[in-house]
Amino acid sequence: MIPGSFSYHRPASVADAVKLLSDLGEDARPLAGGHSLVPMMKLRLATPAHLIDLHGIATLKGIRRDGNNLVIGAMTTQHELLASEEISQAMPILHEAALLIADPQVRYRGTIGGNVANGDPGNDMPALMLTLGATYRLEGPGGSREVAASDFYQGAYFTTLEPGEILTSVSIPVPAAGHGSAYEKLKRKVGDYATAAAAVILTMASGKVATCSIGLTNVHETPLLAADAAKAVIGTSLDAATLKKAAAAAEAIMAPAADARGPVEYRKHVGGIMVTRALQRAAANAK
Amino acid sequence: MNDLTPTREQREAALEGMGCKRKRVEDIRFTQGKGNYVDDIKLPGMLHGDFVRSPHPHARVKKIDDSEALKVPGVLAVITAETLKTVNLAWMPTLAGDVQMVLADGKVLFQNQEVAFVVATDRYAADDGINKVMVEYEPLAPLVDPFKSMDSDAPVLREDLAGKTTGAHGPRKHHNHIFEWSVGDRELTDAAFKKAEVTIKEMISYHRTHPSPLETCQCVCAFDKIKGELTIYGTFQAPHVIRTVVSLIAKLPEQKIHVISPDIGGGFGNKVGAYPGYICAAVASIVTGKPVKWVEDRIENLTATSFARDYHMTTEIAATKDGKVTGLRVHVLADHGAFDACADPSKWPAGFFNIVTGSYDFPTAHLAVDGVYTNKAPGGVAYRCSFRVTEAAYCIERAMDILAQKLNMDPAELRLKNFIKPEQFPYHSALGWEYDSGDYHTAMRKMMETTSYAALRKEQADKRAAFKRGETREIMGLGVSFFTEIVGAGPSKNCDILGIAMFDSCEIRMHPTGAGIARMGTKSQGQGHETTWAQIIATEIGIPADNIMVEEGNTDTAPYGLGTYGSRSTPVAGAAIAMAARKIKAKAQMIAAYKLEVHEDDLEFDIDGFRVKGLPERYMSMKDICWAAYNSVPPGMEPGLEAVSYYDPPNMTYPFGAYLCVMDIDVDTGVYKVRRFYALDDCGTRINPMIIEGQVHGGLTEAFAIAMGQEIRYDETGNVVTGSFMDFFMPTAVETPHWETDFTVTPSPHHPIGAKGVGESPNVGGVPAFSNAVNDAFSFLGSRHIQMPHDFWRNWKAAKELGAVA
Ligand SMILES: Cc1cc2nc3c(=O)[nH]c(=O)nc-3n(C[C@H](O)[C@H](O)[C@H](O)COP(=O)(O)OP(=O)(O)OC[C@H]3O[C@@H](n4cnc5c(N)ncnc54)[C@H](O)[C@@H]3O)c2cc1C
Repeated sequence: MIPGSFSYHRPASVADAVKLLSDLGEDARPLAGGHSLVPMMKLRLATPAHLIDLHGIATLKGIRRDGNNLVIGAMTTQHELLASEEISQAMPILHEAALLIADPQVRYRGTIGGNVANGDPGNDMPALMLTLGATYRLEGPGGSREVAASDFYQGAYFTTLEPGEILTSVSIPVPAAGHGSAYEKLKRKVGDYATAAAAVILTMASGKVATCSIGLTNVHETPLLAADAAKAVIGTSLDAATLKKAAAAAEAIMAPAADARGPVEYRKHVGGIMVTRALQRAAANAK
Repeated sequence: MNDLTPTREQREAALEGMGCKRKRVEDIRFTQGKGNYVDDIKLPGMLHGDFVRSPHPHARVKKIDDSEALKVPGVLAVITAETLKTVNLAWMPTLAGDVQMVLADGKVLFQNQEVAFVVATDRYAADDGINKVMVEYEPLAPLVDPFKSMDSDAPVLREDLAGKTTGAHGPRKHHNHIFEWSVGDRELTDAAFKKAEVTIKEMISYHRTHPSPLETCQCVCAFDKIKGELTIYGTFQAPHVIRTVVSLIAKLPEQKIHVISPDIGGGFGNKVGAYPGYICAAVASIVTGKPVKWVEDRIENLTATSFARDYHMTTEIAATKDGKVTGLRVHVLADHGAFDACADPSKWPAGFFNIVTGSYDFPTAHLAVDGVYTNKAPGGVAYRCSFRVTEAAYCIERAMDILAQKLNMDPAELRLKNFIKPEQFPYHSALGWEYDSGDYHTAMRKMMETTSYAALRKEQADKRAAFKRGETREIMGLGVSFFTEIVGAGPSKNCDILGIAMFDSCEIRMHPTGAGIARMGTKSQGQGHETTWAQIIATEIGIPADNIMVEEGNTDTAPYGLGTYGSRSTPVAGAAIAMAARKIKAKAQMIAAYKLEVHEDDLEFDIDGFRVKGLPERYMSMKDICWAAYNSVPPGMEPGLEAVSYYDPPNMTYPFGAYLCVMDIDVDTGVYKVRRFYALDDCGTRINPMIIEGQVHGGLTEAFAIAMGQEIRYDETGNVVTGSFMDFFMPTAVETPHWETDFTVTPSPHHPIGAKGVGESPNVGGVPAFSNAVNDAFSFLGSRHIQMPHDFWRNWKAAKELGAVA
């Protein structure tokens, strides 16, 4: 568990970082909080020759309101997400999910940018970003572009991020006032990734679900939007039969790997339960 | 007496002796990050070693090419079995009478086995080096399932044993068989089963797990070529044993070997044995003339140094219809991995597993254990328990629950009915032990009253009815466990390690000002010896514990002892401490008599000094006696005040306890909640109640981990899949239940202070309590026995198999 040798760079601007990344090519990797990358380096599963530390770039930090969006700088730590009044007011689900990531030590270092850019199906933020309809801002040698979170993930550790590009911020539309939300995560212990987790954002009108979006974590090689499951609950009062249908629709798109958290069948089964529980809790806290 | 004269209570309190919740003196440095651990040791010119390990569980090693590795800047040497053969160290003896490869000699027998040792100027270069050593393997069929070890077509694992039909413990039945050990009266037991009105039979597995101390195994070896001396700093639970073993296998004179165990970050049995890392670091130091450090990482610790358990126990009980046990028959299949590296007293290949009759009065019993080889890491250490005692306690405590279920009896009632009665002590068990003391009924009843056991059973019945009506998806289990431990190895009549009797020792030296230093053959790894040992001395001789410095772990200064494991420190060294203190006290009495000008017999000891009987104002404090010992001893007496004691215990001690776990399980997810855990421990005389409580908390947490998910698991191709704390369940404070502790006190009649040892009881008693709770929760759905570990998915699987989830 000793990493190989690498050189360390600490650019002061996004432009410098992008330049370094494109000049150094495949062997260079951005370093954010390091809590996904460094463990991989210790196992020598990742052996970058150059680390481009993004901590020196002031513009990558912070949370600001931009019209109906919250824009969060990539280098904002999970701890900072938790500390933000704005986030707990506008989108309590982000607060709730961030609190379920690892432990305080990890959250002091781990960043939202690293979490969403990493492409690990175990990370909690990606599915949440799909559920919230977020977009990512990417900057590269050819300029900048916006990519919807729902288009970003292509496979485990495989995203649309091009060589030389870095993710600079995440933009999240503020959910409707009075919305209900819940993030249900089953894990074995503090510090564990989800056996299965479900994010739900919904609005209710006269006791019936008016809008709904459902995201799933760690039940597939990418985060998932459970569109059919969400469709199944619209217009219902989440009666037992509907919940069952929604869970089944969600399970139908899950393809988790068997691991020490349990066999495939179990992970899908509890994935369905997480959907059910998240729906019920979201409906209960909607106004 | 004026107002300033301290009262008796104040004088006693000032000693902070036995019974005092004295704060742990070692914690001052530990909590400030000022401990001195092996990895803190940095010697001038020190080199670093790291292992090339096998990716295969079973393979022939065709070729090791180190040429590229030697080109890595900083890499100085690559040691292989061929190198070690030149000093006759390619193999090393194990504590269990087997031999073990230090580095792969022609073959590898488990994944992550040590293949080559790269020595470099720094830790990074060493790791770069191991990645450049090219090893050519020819994979062989792996043997993973111990139940297939003795199949006629099972692969031959140990080619070095070809033709050896006898092992260290008698005949071998098969090329993968290590030993068969049997005890008890087979005929009488078979007869009891023939006559039995009721019998049960179950294969109860105790899965492979690992002690996983937070600090891994490590050492720094420094060979001084000029003096011909080898100094080894290491994470050793038994430094003197290591010195002797090194002397025997490296053929170095014992006085030229200095073994030092500095602060140790937990051991739990993992740090008793000798590992390839120690040998390789020592050889590397001898070869290079420089100190060499070897520090294991977490993956290496979990996958290569000693595992624990892996006992598969086919258990049968014979009983009458009304629940009186009449016989016990157990067969154990013991998976030892690739080498038998169990750390048991030498004559005990299955440790003290014959404590398996537990707390019950079995008129007859028979036990047979077959040890077998598989392609897994070697070990079989006592993880926070006396040798194989946790396995035994789990076996009998599960079996008693299974019997209770068959008889439709309450498990607590069944136990009460079969307990050894207080008047039967000292009790001779059917499998050969002499239990020193116990009052099981009192402990059990206290547990039942304190927890409102009857009310909990009522609540459970209601919940079960509600579950059947579909009103809840939660089931409730009550896990009763009543254990008897056997600790304090041990009496020389039955315990030795490589021929050395398992005594322990203490040397106390009092200084003129009424202070002193005490050294023992034990070695604390977190147990708080520096605190408790001083308390024993304080009470025995009347000098405040704060004035006694306790030192352990340096073989040059400490008297020879067998170390700390198997809850032996208090039963054995604790006795030596009291006996050494009594020698000090006896001499002190002579000095006091001389100074007070009375006959020794006219003096009585009074808390912190001697007083003339009937003349209370004529008193001499121990502090003053210490001073006098250095300037005015009676004519003919040698000055000074010191003593040594080597204590060979007459018997083991038998701590016991009554535990109850109350658990709720959500059948849909398998998620459990430990609602309540009550632990009553009887460890005889209690030296420091706060430390006892801490030990119980720690042991219960480990028991919780083991029962509820902690395992070393291999897939069917022999890959170990639990190599990090992500998958190897190490609970944090968040998962850990709240512990309620309680006690009764039944002193050991043969121990000088009546103490029995407690550090391991909670692990021994805790595991069956958790497992019985899970099994009890599911029993009304028709299950009889669900194997550990009881993690979420397996609970769900059980519920599913029982038809409780679709
Ligand atoms: C014990 C433990 C438990 C954990 N549990 C959880 C959990 O339950 N849920 C969870 O979601 N996470 C968990 N994590 C991961 C943690 O949240 C990480 O911090 C996070 O996944 C990555 O963020 P980081 O800032 O540390 O990124 P890094 O580790 O620095 O980077 C991760 C990857 O993203 C790339 N990268 C980083 N920033 C950018 C950027 N701005 N643009 C482009 N690429 C970038 C890096 O090159 C690297 O490939 C856990 C981590 C640990 C150590």
